[in-house]
Amino acid sequence: MTASLKGTTGRIVAALLAALVVGGAAQAQVFNPETITLSNGLQVVSITNARAPVVAHMVWYRIGAADEPAGKSGIAHFLEHLMFKGTKEIPPGEFSKIVANNGGRDNAFTGHDYTGYFQNIARDRLELVMKMEADRMSNLVLTDAEVNPEREVVREERRSVVENNPRSRLREQLNAALFLNHPYGRPIIGWDHEIRNLTTADALAWYRNYYAPNNAVLVVAGDITMADLKPLAEKYYGVIPPKPLPARLRPVEPPHQAARRVELKDGRVRQVTWNRVFLAPSYVAGEKEHADPLQVLAEVVGGGVSSRLHRGLVLDRQLATSAGAYYDPDSLDQTGFGVSAALRPETKIEEFEAAIEAELRRVVENGVGEDEVDRAKSRMRAAAVYARDSLQGGARTLGTAIVTGTSIDHVESWPRRMAAVTAAQVSAAARAILREERSATGLLLPKPGS
Amino acid sequence: MTRLLRFLLVIALLAPLPALAMTIERVTSPGGIEAWLVRDRSIPVVALEYTFRGGAAIEASGREGTASLLAAMLVEGAGDFESQRFQGELEDRVVSLGFDAGLDTFNGSLKTLAENLDFAAGMLRLALTAPRFDTADLDRVKARTAIGLRRAAEEPSTIAGRLWMSTTFAGHPYGRPVRGTPETVMTLDAEALRAYLRQHLTRDRLIVGAAGDITPEALGRLVDHVFAGLPARGEQVNVPDAAPKNLGRTLAVRRPVPQSVVTLGHDGLKRDDPDYYAATIVNYILGGGGFNSRLTTEVREKRGLAYSVYSYLSAYDRAGLMMGGTATENARVAQSLEVIRREWQRMHDEGPSESELANAKTYLTGSFPLRLDASNRIARLMVTIQYDELGIDYLDRRSDLINGVTLADARRVARRLLNADRLLTVVVGEPVGLTGAEEVPPDAIAGDPGRPSRPTPPAGGG
Repeated sequence: MTASLKGTTGRIVAALLAALVVGGAAQAQVFNPETITLSNGLQVVSITNARAPVVAHMVWYRIGAADEPAGKSGIAHFLEHLMFKGTKEIPPGEFSKIVANNGGRDNAFTGHDYTGYFQNIARDRLELVMKMEADRMSNLVLTDAEVNPEREVVREERRSVVENNPRSRLREQLNAALFLNHPYGRPIIGWDHEIRNLTTADALAWYRNYYAPNNAVLVVAGDITMADLKPLAEKYYGVIPPKPLPARLRPVEPPHQAARRVELKDGRVRQVTWNRVFLAPSYVAGEKEHADPLQVLAEVVGGGVSSRLHRGLVLDRQLATSAGAYYDPDSLDQTGFGVSAALRPETKIEEFEAAIEAELRRVVENGVGEDEVDRAKSRMRAAAVYARDSLQGGARTLGTAIVTGTSIDHVESWPRRMAAVTAAQVSAAARAILREERSATGLLLPKPGS
Repeated sequence: MTRLLRFLLVIALLAPLPALAMTIERVTSPGGIEAWLVRDRSIPVVALEYTFRGGAAIEASGREGTASLLAAMLVEGAGDFESQRFQGELEDRVVSLGFDAGLDTFNGSLKTLAENLDFAAGMLRLALTAPRFDTADLDRVKARTAIGLRRAAEEPSTIAGRLWMSTTFAGHPYGRPVRGTPETVMTLDAEALRAYLRQHLTRDRLIVGAAGDITPEALGRLVDHVFAGLPARGEQVNVPDAAPKNLGRTLAVRRPVPQSVVTLGHDGLKRDDPDYYAATIVNYILGGGGFNSRLTTEVREKRGLAYSVYSYLSAYDRAGLMMGGTATENARVAQSLEVIRREWQRMHDEGPSESELANAKTYLTGSFPLRLDASNRIARLMVTIQYDELGIDYLDRRSDLINGVTLADARRVARRLLNADRLLTVVVGEPVGLTGAEEVPPDAIAGDPGRPSRPTPPAGGG
C-alpha cells in the first residue's frame, strides 16, 4: 500500500523496492533462494550471489505500525530506534559502531506490517553480526536515560520527513482519509501527540510481546549458501526459545460508500499536486484475484511516457508536468491503487480534474487494449534481472513477500504470472477498483495571498 | 568493556578485511577512445557511464541552466524518433538512458539488458549526435524545469544550500545556480543547446567506464559507435580557482516551518591534495561516519537534537569544501549549532584519538566493496578513478593510502582543515536565539538547488 511504501521510515528513511522489482525473464526463476525453518520457528532464507565477498544480513519481524494499540501510534518505529540502545552485552550506542568498525553498514526500517534490521558486511564478519542480531532479539536493555533523548530524535525525524514538507503532510492526511477503519490510515512514524507520550514501559511491552524467533524471518543474501548459513543460524538464533504470540487483530474496512476529498493549503506550495487513491486488494486481502492485473493496469495507466496519463495529460492536453500511477500488492490487508499528477501553473484545477477523470472513465468503460497490455508486460519483464544487480534487492523483495503473507514461490513465479495476465483481466480489475466511492482525493494548494 | 570484548572475541575480530577483488581492463577502441571495464558475466546487464569535463561552471553568464536543460532535452527525441517514440522505444526495451550536469561535469548513464545492447547503443549515439530539440518538447521541458525550480526554491534545504553557495562563491561561476533560474531557463533556445553540445560534449573531454556482461572487443566497438561522431576537440573555457568568501558569517532566512534547516561549511581540500586521505579520515570521525561520528553522538544520541547531523568533504575542480548540516526544531536549533561548532573546534584542537583513527581506517577500507554491488556503480567508479587521475591500480593501493595515515598526520590535517570561526552558517526556518545572525530576505535568493554536492561514493569516500 501507499503508506507502507512511501511512508516507511527507518533510522534513515529507506525506500522500499517498488512492486515492479520482482519481474523477470518469462521462463526463469528470479532469485533462486533456499529456505529452511529452525525448530524454534525461525524461517531462514539464503540467496546466493557471489559477485563480491560480502553479504546482506537481515532480520524481519512480523509486526509493524498497523499492529499498534490505539493511542500508541509510532511505537513500532520507536522500538526500531531503541533496538540500537544495547543489551546486557552491548553497551548503549555500540551496536552500529561495532558494525562500522568491522567495515559494515547497518540500519533498520519499519512498515505497517513489519520491522526489519540489516547489516551489509564482509562475508567473514557475518558470524559477528549474526551473534549481535540474535543477542538483541531477546536481551534488549532500555532505560529512560536512553529512551528519552531518542524520543526527541524521532520527533525531529517526523519534523524532517513530514512536517517540513507539504507533500508529505498531504500524503499523511490523504491516507488517513482513505481508510475508514483500518490502521493503515495511521502514519508509520506515528502522530506527534502520541509519540511524545510513548514510554520506556510501552517500548519494552512491545518488544516482549512480539520479538521472538517464531515471529521473525532471517534472510541472508550474497556470498553465502544455505549449507554455510544453516549451522550459523542454528548456533546463534536456534538457541532462542519461541514465545506464545498475541493474536494479530486487524480491523477490516467496511464497504466504502462515499468518495472523500482533502485539500491542504500551504503558503510554500508553488505547484498544485493532485492524488487519488482507490481502496485496492493486496495479494492476500480483498479482491485478490485482481492483484496481478492491477500491476499491469498501473503500468498501462501511469508507467512512463507511453502510459495513458502521460500521453493524455502531459503531452496532448499539456495540463500537467508529470502524471503517473502506483500500486504495491505486498501488504497483509487491503491497500491503495494511486494516481497522481503535478499541474502546470496555468492549469485550471476543474479542467484538469475533468480531464483525468475522463481518462480513468475511459479505462473503466472501454477497458484496455491487447497491444498496450503487451507493451506494459514487456516493460515489466526486465525488472527481475535488474533486481539481481544489487546486494540487497533480493533480500528486500523476498523478506517483504514472506512477512506480508505470500511466499518465496510467489516471488519466483512472478514473471510467469505477469506473462499470463490478459487484457480482459486488466479491464475487469479496472472496473472493480477504479470506483469513485472507494476513493480519496488529495489536493495540495497554495495559500491564497502568499 | 571487558564483558563486551569477551562477547565479541568469540569471533576472530582482528583479521584484516578481505581485499576487493576486481579486475579493471583498459580498453582502447579501434577509433582510439579509452574505456575502463570491469567485466561480470553473472548477470546479463551492461552499464555504461561517462563524463565530459565541463558542466555548469563553463556556461555563459545569463545562460545558467544550459547544461542541465541540455541533459533533460537529450532524451526528448533524436534522428527520426520524435520524443514520445524515442522514450517509448527505450521503455519497451527497458533501457535506461539519462544525463545530468554538475558544476564541473556533464554525465551520462546507460543501463541495458545485454540482449538489447546494440539497440541501446544506437539510441545513445542518436541522442548525442542528432538530438531533435523540437519546439513543443523544448517548451514543455522548460516549463517543467521552471516550475520545478520554483518549487525547489521553497524547500528549506534547497534555500540553505543555494544561499551558502552564492555567498561563498559570489562573483565566481561556482556561485551560480547549476540548474539556472526560472528566468534564465526560459531564455534558452535550441541554438543555445546545440552550441553547448558542439563546443563542450567533445571527445577530448570524454571519460568512459563500463561494467557487466560485455567483452573488451564489444566495448571497443560500442564506444566507437556511440562517441566517434562527436567533435574531436572542444572550445577551451578556463574556470578560475575559486576562493571561498564571506566565511565566518551566520545568515538566517525566515521561512514558516517548524524545523530549522542548517547548512554550514568553509574551505576544504581538493581531490589531488596530498592530505586528502587524512582529511577523509578526520571527516569520517567528525561527522561523516553516521552513527560512528562525534557529531551524531553529541547532537543526536546524547541530546536528541536532530535526526540527521553530518559533515562531508566536497571537492570541486577549482575549490575544496568542508561542509556540514543538520535540522532541528526552531526552539533548539541554536543549541545544535553550539554543539556542532564545539565539536568542530575540538577536532581542530585535539584531532582524533588512536582508536578513532583505527576504527575509521577499518571502516573506510572494509566498507568500500559494499558500495559496489551494482553494475552502474562499478562503471561510475571507473569514470571517477580516471577523472581524479588515481591510476588503474588505485583499487589495489587504496587501502594502503588510507592505512598509511598516521595519528600525527590526522592531527595535523584536522588543524589545517577545521576552523569553527570560519564556518559560514545558513539557517532556514524560524530559529530562536541565534546570536549574531544576519537576516536575509527570501527573495534575495535566486531559485535553484545548486547546493554543495554531497560526494557520490566512492569518489569522495576516498
